[in-house]
Amino acid sequence: MNALTQMATALTRGEIEVVDLTHTLDPDFPVIILPPEFGQCARFRMEEVSAYDHRGPAWKWHNISMSEHTGTHFDAPVHWVSGRNVANGAVDEIPAEAFIGPVCVIDCSEGAAQDDDFELTPEIIAEWEATNGRIPENTWVLMRTDWSKRRGADYLNMREDGPHSPGPTPEAIRLLVEERGIRGFGTETVGTDAGQGMHYAPPYPAHYILHGNGRYGLQCLTGLDQLPATGAMLICPPLKIRNGTGSPLRVLALVPKGAS
Amino acid sequence: MTDPLARPPKKNPQKVQTVPVLPPSFRSRAAMGLTAAAAEGRFKLQHCAECGTVQYPPRDACVSCLGLELLWKDTDPVGELIADTIVHTSPNLYFRRQAPWRCGTVRLSAGPSIFCHVHGDCVKGSEVRLLSRLDRAGQGVLIAIPKETTPNMADDPELRELGADPKHRRVLITDGRQPGAPALAKALLDAGAMTVFVGEGETWRPYPERSALEKMDGVNLMPLDLTDTSSVVELAGEIGGKVDILINNARFMRPGGVLARGDTAFARDEMEVNYLGLMRLAQAFGPGMKARGADGINNAAAWVNILSINAIANDPAYGSFNASQAAALSLAQSLRAELRPGGVKVMTVFCGPTDDDWYQDVPPPKLLPGAIARSVVQGLRDGVEDVLCGDVAKDYAERWRQDPRVLERELAGDVG
Ligand SMILES: [Zn+2]
Repeated sequence: MNALTQMATALTRGEIEVVDLTHTLDPDFPVIILPPEFGQCARFRMEEVSAYDHRGPAWKWHNISMSEHTGTHFDAPVHWVSGRNVANGAVDEIPAEAFIGPVCVIDCSEGAAQDDDFELTPEIIAEWEATNGRIPENTWVLMRTDWSKRRGADYLNMREDGPHSPGPTPEAIRLLVEERGIRGFGTETVGTDAGQGMHYAPPYPAHYILHGNGRYGLQCLTGLDQLPATGAMLICPPLKIRNGTGSPLRVLALVPKGAS
Repeated sequence: MTDPLARPPKKNPQKVQTVPVLPPSFRSRAAMGLTAAAAEGRFKLQHCAECGTVQYPPRDACVSCLGLELLWKDTDPVGELIADTIVHTSPNLYFRRQAPWRCGTVRLSAGPSIFCHVHGDCVKGSEVRLLSRLDRAGQGVLIAIPKETTPNMADDPELRELGADPKHRRVLITDGRQPGAPALAKALLDAGAMTVFVGEGETWRPYPERSALEKMDGVNLMPLDLTDTSSVVELAGEIGGKVDILINNARFMRPGGVLARGDTAFARDEMEVNYLGLMRLAQAFGPGMKARGADGINNAAAWVNILSINAIANDPAYGSFNASQAAALSLAQSLRAELRPGGVKVMTVFCGPTDDDWYQDVPPPKLLPGAIARSVVQGLRDGVEDVLCGDVAKDYAERWRQDPRVLERELAGDVG
């Protein structure tokens, strides 16, 4: 038995569970809001083409439209100005092996419950590593905040001075990218950066540092509370869009039974 | 005085829906001038260019001199009610249902004697004023009303039938996020609307108008996003059977013409809201309203679109937005024809620049929300098809009538 047949057996026996980390593509799901004079992120939309009727007697189908960055989605390096010249930086160019790999989950849910602007810092990462070991190279790191359980206006949490939601500090992202060599970083919020991320130096540090270094982002994830701190496998292939800067996608995790 | 109109009772669910029937709608081409005038709420008659005779009914030649140049001109509407009668039955289904129906003859100071509909408060032998109104078939007719206002004058059944008065009617305002939404809702409630439903999209995104709307008695906030077909269909399923007046105030706009932008993203948003949004609304709410055109005191009466006057002539400073307004205006013409069999009117409120963020660098005069709200209510009471709200809209419409090409060139501004 090779590793793959072992895994297949474990999957069929239910020893490995498949966890869906994806929100449903829904017209009313929040998207990031930019100042109105900027171009905006298109909401998910669906128009019926036929439904077993005079428009097509035996079939039902829809035309759908959205942004590359609508719903649970993947950010490619070319999404950010810092990553514009990264080799293979668009979703259609990224090597397929990047889309499946090990994942570490840093639980910030307690802190985020206390503080809407909760920050993931190097200290929190150090603490996590003291318990779970050093974050291995080329892994996905997900920041669990349980933010995905918020509904309505609480999700973007928009105030007069913009959105308030948790995210990483520039130092934390630098540590993950430059010292741990992670493959990508994912969050439950609408972006990989904190709601107030524009006020860091550099602004939007997760986007800036991750993509400038050819790393990937995942956002609007859900169900991170079902993942163990280590030992799960993330599957996240985006659509193969020519020169795409990102893509809505289905994100799955393989989790050893009873591990979460 | 007129008896005040009682609040309609709740509908009897065991009764068959009253099917809309229309008054006779055939008119000669000459008589259409009356319809065109009524669509704008203007009292116009044919004036002979040759001899000055004012004549009625409209004809192809002057009754005095056989002159062929007959101009539709605003005319003094005052006259004397010299005869009246009450129709108790009619071979026409519409008037049979409306009976008893008062009509009479008015001798106008301007000359002609006119057989017309007569308000219940008009006294035979006294002075009256003629109004040009659209009947349920969308054709111009004349009604005599007392020269001085009488109590509950608007509640007269003949006058009410020739308008779309918000009193006791249920209204849907489609976009609560528009800065003018609270003023509009308030004006309709003040005008006696029974309920004002206000649509709101993207409730996950706060907006300042919400707190004002929430506080109003009679306002019901309902989820509605004109760009999302499923949301429009869902709301129509919920309240489609009790929307008597639909006011589409949704608007997406960004400054700039064709070359300013370099992409189609905002243009697409403009079409999604301003044009396709109207179409989605019409497909979801139109059939129900058309079927309810004869549904008692609070029958479906009117569909209102609030558009920019630049729908008729493009100002390139907002060129892309204005193109979406032209598209919406054209679609509204189609909708008007399609709703006509139900007796439901389609009205456009044409606005000049509004006093909001998107016209901030345009010099005054600019429209305040209260002015638009007053225009909507007045337009509904008068049952017109076109309302020109504010001086800019009136000025553009007048210049457009004189010469559309000159107006186009003037709006384009100076070169260099
Ligand atoms: Zn003449």
